[in-house]
Amino acid sequence: MAKEVKIRAHDLSVYYGAKQALHRISLDLYEREVTAFIGPSGCGKSTFLRSINRMNDLVPDARVAGTLEIDGINIYDSSVDVVELRKRVGMVFQKSTPFPKSIYDNIAFGPRLNGITDRKELDRIVEESLIHAALFDEVKDRLDASAMGLSGGQQQRLCIARAIAVNPSILLMDEPCSALDPISTAKIEELILDLKKQYTIIIVTHNMQQAARVSEYTAFFYMGHLIEFDKTRKIFTNPSKKETEDYVTGRFG
Amino acid sequence: MSTKRLVGLFAIGAALVAVVVVAGLVFSTMGTFLVNGIPNISWEFLTEAPRNNNTEGGIFPAIYGTTLLVIVMSILGVPIGTITAIYLNEYTRAGALMPRIIRFAVNTLAGVPSIVFGLFGLGFFVQFVGKGMDTLVGNTEAVWAKPALIWSAATLAALTLPVVIVSVEEALKTVPREMRESSLALGATRWQTIWKIVLPSSTTGILTGSILAIGRSAGEVAPILFTGVVYSLPELPEGITSQFMHLGYHLFVLSTQSPDVDKTLPLQYATTLVLLLLTFTLNFAATFIRSRLRKKQYR
Repeated sequence: MAKEVKIRAHDLSVYYGAKQALHRISLDLYEREVTAFIGPSGCGKSTFLRSINRMNDLVPDARVAGTLEIDGINIYDSSVDVVELRKRVGMVFQKSTPFPKSIYDNIAFGPRLNGITDRKELDRIVEESLIHAALFDEVKDRLDASAMGLSGGQQQRLCIARAIAVNPSILLMDEPCSALDPISTAKIEELILDLKKQYTIIIVTHNMQQAARVSEYTAFFYMGHLIEFDKTRKIFTNPSKKETEDYVTGRFG
Repeated sequence: MSTKRLVGLFAIGAALVAVVVVAGLVFSTMGTFLVNGIPNISWEFLTEAPRNNNTEGGIFPAIYGTTLLVIVMSILGVPIGTITAIYLNEYTRAGALMPRIIRFAVNTLAGVPSIVFGLFGLGFFVQFVGKGMDTLVGNTEAVWAKPALIWSAATLAALTLPVVIVSVEEALKTVPREMRESSLALGATRWQTIWKIVLPSSTTGILTGSILAIGRSAGEVAPILFTGVVYSLPELPEGITSQFMHLGYHLFVLSTQSPDVDKTLPLQYATTLVLLLLTFTLNFAATFIRSRLRKKQYR
């Protein structure tokens, strides 16, 4: 079965001031698959991730060249509304960032931005999102309690629920488990495998085992260049490039 | 005994002396006003107007005027200060020209003596803005172009602006960058992020800073001297264009402008105590809110 291309980068370069962080990346990412971005710190994988929802726009002096298409539309085209784009491309950060509001209001934040005010509709979205993020059973009796009182793993799943509440088609995850214990990590990984039925997921990770466990495809970045992109199994068992092999076998990085 | 040891002992000794001097000053000042003030504070003193050329009666008009002044000043100053701080912290990039100019202006403003603010208030607010408003609405006699509560409040607001700006900025800085990014990543605009995430997360800090600034300026006399305060009023101010009485100025009047200063001495003690209590209450409120804020601070 031929996979649909969801995201297509063509000669994408990102500069922070005079420093070039990404060098002419060309890459196709497939719909409803999990793609892992790996590479040593500062290799550009997070920069690439953050260029998919244009979070790099927030960085002073950041500049982008080349194109990045989502569903065939270049998101760096001047006619693209960044706010609308970000509603279609959800993001989960390394540090869980619950808003200092109730669990309910955290999830309802995005839908409310979209103008949904009907209480029943919001109730439905909040419940569905929490069920989807495998958090509902743990919090269903205290939706009005502050989200700051949740554990680290719960907070991260809350952030995932919050992201999917606006019904995006792509989920970006920037090292979502790096601050979590193994049990919480396992829960999130299980969740990722479940979410890929509906979403195109891209996950940045420093954890090789995690990349191997959750992703179908893996992209290896090094010094701002895309070194290799292939099926995860191939990257980890029989990579074509020497740098990739050195990295996945732990010889550097 | 080695020289190092001697220097050390001397330093500790000097520090002790400093502590005793400071603590002594605080306690003797407070003690004096407490001991001499409390017996002279009565219900009548707090609720009645001065009588017999300020030598008898109470200080109610001054309490009323001070309170009103502080409220109007807050309404004018806190929003402007908050908006400036939001602009500096949320919309500009560090090192850009515009924020640097504004910061320079704010710092300069903070160093201007308060009496200069008073003169500025008279020249700018009363004679320029006030006169302009009268001309605009076609008043034949001065309604706005005379010293009034509104102009005193505006002058005080200008004086406290730097403090408000700096403390609101501090409050905004306690909101982690990731929190803003999460909101933006959900498709919120910059303004929605500020309004729904950043401001609610820093309300306590903004409140604390504002109260401290207000407390600091509640006792200031110089800025209101030329812009609206009077030493005696037949009746309470009717609105923002009325003149008003003020605790700090009333104290000055009692102690220097009275025909019989010895007779007003009990009134002076009691007035000072009321003024101190007012500013202390504001300071304690700010400290209390701040300690609450620390407890619910993000990790």
